Amino acid sequence: MTTNPVLAAVDDDAATLTHQQLRELYTLMAAVRHLDSSAVAWQRQGIIPGYAPELGQEAAQVGSGYAVDRTRDFVFPTYREMGVARAMGLDMVGYMSTHKATWHGGMYNPLESRFAPIQAVVAGSVLHAVGWAHGQTLEGHATGETGVAMTYFGDGASSQGDVHEAMNFAAVMKAPVVFFIQNNGWAISVPTERQVAGGSVAARAAGYGIPSLQVDGNDVVAVYEATRSAFAHCRAGNGPVVIEAMTYRRGPHSTADDPGRYRTLEEERLDAGEDPLEQFKQQLLTEGVADEAFFAEAQRLAEEEEEAVRAGIADLGPRPGAEMFSLVFQEPTPALQAQATTWREESEHA
Amino acid sequence: MPETITDLRITANSMDTPAAGVEQLSMQQALNRALDEILAENPKTVIFGEDCGRLGGVFRITDGLQAKHGEARVFDTPLAESGILGMSVGLAMAGFHPIPEVQFDGFAYPAINQIVCQIARMNYRSRGTLPMPITLRVPSFGGIRAPEHHGESLEALFAHVPGLKVVSPSNPHDAYHLLKYAATRLDPVIFMEPKSRYWQKGPVDVTTAVPGEATHDGDTSSGGSLTGSRVAREGRHLTLVAWGAMVSRCLQVAELAAEDGIDVEVLDLRWLKPIDAEALAKSVGKTRRAVVVHEAPLTSGLGAEVAQLITQSCFATLKAPVERVTGFDVPYPSGDLEDEYIPNIDRILFGIQRVLEYRRG
Repeated sequence: MTTNPVLAAVDDDAATLTHQQLRELYTLMAAVRHLDSSAVAWQRQGIIPGYAPELGQEAAQVGSGYAVDRTRDFVFPTYREMGVARAMGLDMVGYMSTHKATWHGGMYNPLESRFAPIQAVVAGSVLHAVGWAHGQTLEGHATGETGVAMTYFGDGASSQGDVHEAMNFAAVMKAPVVFFIQNNGWAISVPTERQVAGGSVAARAAGYGIPSLQVDGNDVVAVYEATRSAFAHCRAGNGPVVIEAMTYRRGPHSTADDPGRYRTLEEERLDAGEDPLEQFKQQLLTEGVADEAFFAEAQRLAEEEEEAVRAGIADLGPRPGAEMFSLVFQEPTPALQAQATTWREESEHA
Repeated sequence: MPETITDLRITANSMDTPAAGVEQLSMQQALNRALDEILAENPKTVIFGEDCGRLGGVFRITDGLQAKHGEARVFDTPLAESGILGMSVGLAMAGFHPIPEVQFDGFAYPAINQIVCQIARMNYRSRGTLPMPITLRVPSFGGIRAPEHHGESLEALFAHVPGLKVVSPSNPHDAYHLLKYAATRLDPVIFMEPKSRYWQKGPVDVTTAVPGEATHDGDTSSGGSLTGSRVAREGRHLTLVAWGAMVSRCLQVAELAAEDGIDVEVLDLRWLKPIDAEALAKSVGKTRRAVVVHEAPLTSGLGAEVAQLITQSCFATLKAPVERVTGFDVPYPSGDLEDEYIPNIDRILFGIQRVLEYRRG
């Protein structure tokens, strides 16, 4: 796996992660791993109707999300960024509520969370990040102070025309955007080699004059450092950066998917590479950053957290039907209000 | 709707005598002036699109605005409509009021995902925390002998999408006020400009129909509110319902019909979503006959919605089924055939005749 340097990276002197930060990263990854695996079980148990697991992408998601400055940056997720959400400290009941089918965009507040509503259109929000980022430029922040947009998408989404438009717009406007690609090898059943021409998504960045990094997406520290460099590059007014984190979707596309129809268990074992969580654990042990007691405690915390989130999800009742009508517009139309009235009368009568 | 808006009246019909604040402007000039004032009044508004900056747009609607307000407020984008509209979403999320332009109606198609799946739904998806105060200007409809995809009527497509509002002015005065109104809304508005009417001049009273101000002469019989329709001509025998460029044609038809003793009312719908159902009921309740006129193809066009609203409110008193005079279910034709496609005076008169001659049983 090659790592091309970010052009004009400005944080070469940035401090390395402290032991405390490394342990925090592990704690986050452990929490994400356990919540993710549990969510699949919730679906099997009938607690939620569906879920899109991110098993194997914990390092890519936690490492990148950990680099976000929640006071000024903004993240544009897809529907598979639970690890980013957790690393950014979102209300996880609010996040997971989208999978409970409570509300499409989730129940968290996107403005306070600095995390856009969950996006089901593949590559749908990549352009939104460019617009938001250009807005930061228009605000005229002092050099080095601007907010940065980070947009997530996958190798499959990279085929969408909106990604091309977004990269071109961002480069032309020098918008502070980090395009964070998780290349997890699969777009449902279609492997990357049937999806991405030109060798990699990162390779395309050169065509837009955008610096790019291809990074081991299973190495949380490498991902964090790449993302931090990219943010520094953007914040300094140098325009966008592309990061392609090479990882592997160890689970199905969603709980409705059956990977056995397009890949064998042996292929999964060979292609998945090292488990990012286990790899990081061994690294921390080897470097003396953490001991077995720490890992046991991290697991205990993860289980405690999952129980709380599960309880919160189970307690979520359906939203009032009136919200179907009241949240369409800021200023509802008379026709919609009339429909709401009819709905209320007829549903009450029934 | 805010109460302060519903009482505002547009009185374009009562301006035969130029008064203070009334100017003769083309629709292009009226729109340009409205945008100029919008930029001055709200520092969060930004105007962008293809050739909107230095050139001032291919129709010159944004002429001079970049020079006056700067490249940060009025700028050119790369040539990609999905990019323009997707970028609008992000700018709105960042607190801006984008006024993007799609250069021609047919170029909205490449952006349909961003319009339908994103702009229209972000307020809903975000539970009202991320409003989309976007005014999408779309030079619309036919009549200028333009190439393919430059003469489309997309109102039914847009009106069908939950979360969008749709408006189309028919004259310079309405264009000025409706654009200023749309640009202060917190919901996305598709602003369909009748490109064939850009260069016709008319009186624009810039002193009235501004939110918070009273009517300038108290005449509300023909003005209508900024959120509703406008009676463009009063009549007793039949109501022609139209919008955009078809309004002036219907007014011509009304004059010709008057020579035969037929007193035609012309209702300029203006808002295509929400449709002013009350005004339809009031007008057709009086005339008991209606013909809807639009350039868009017949099948599933907005005329069907209008006809249903009329039938719902006026079924008992209607003297004939609501007639539709529209474009045909064909791709918009080349310029040589344009006049065969767009409802012309004769076809509208035939429609009126069919309604007047209708006999039950």
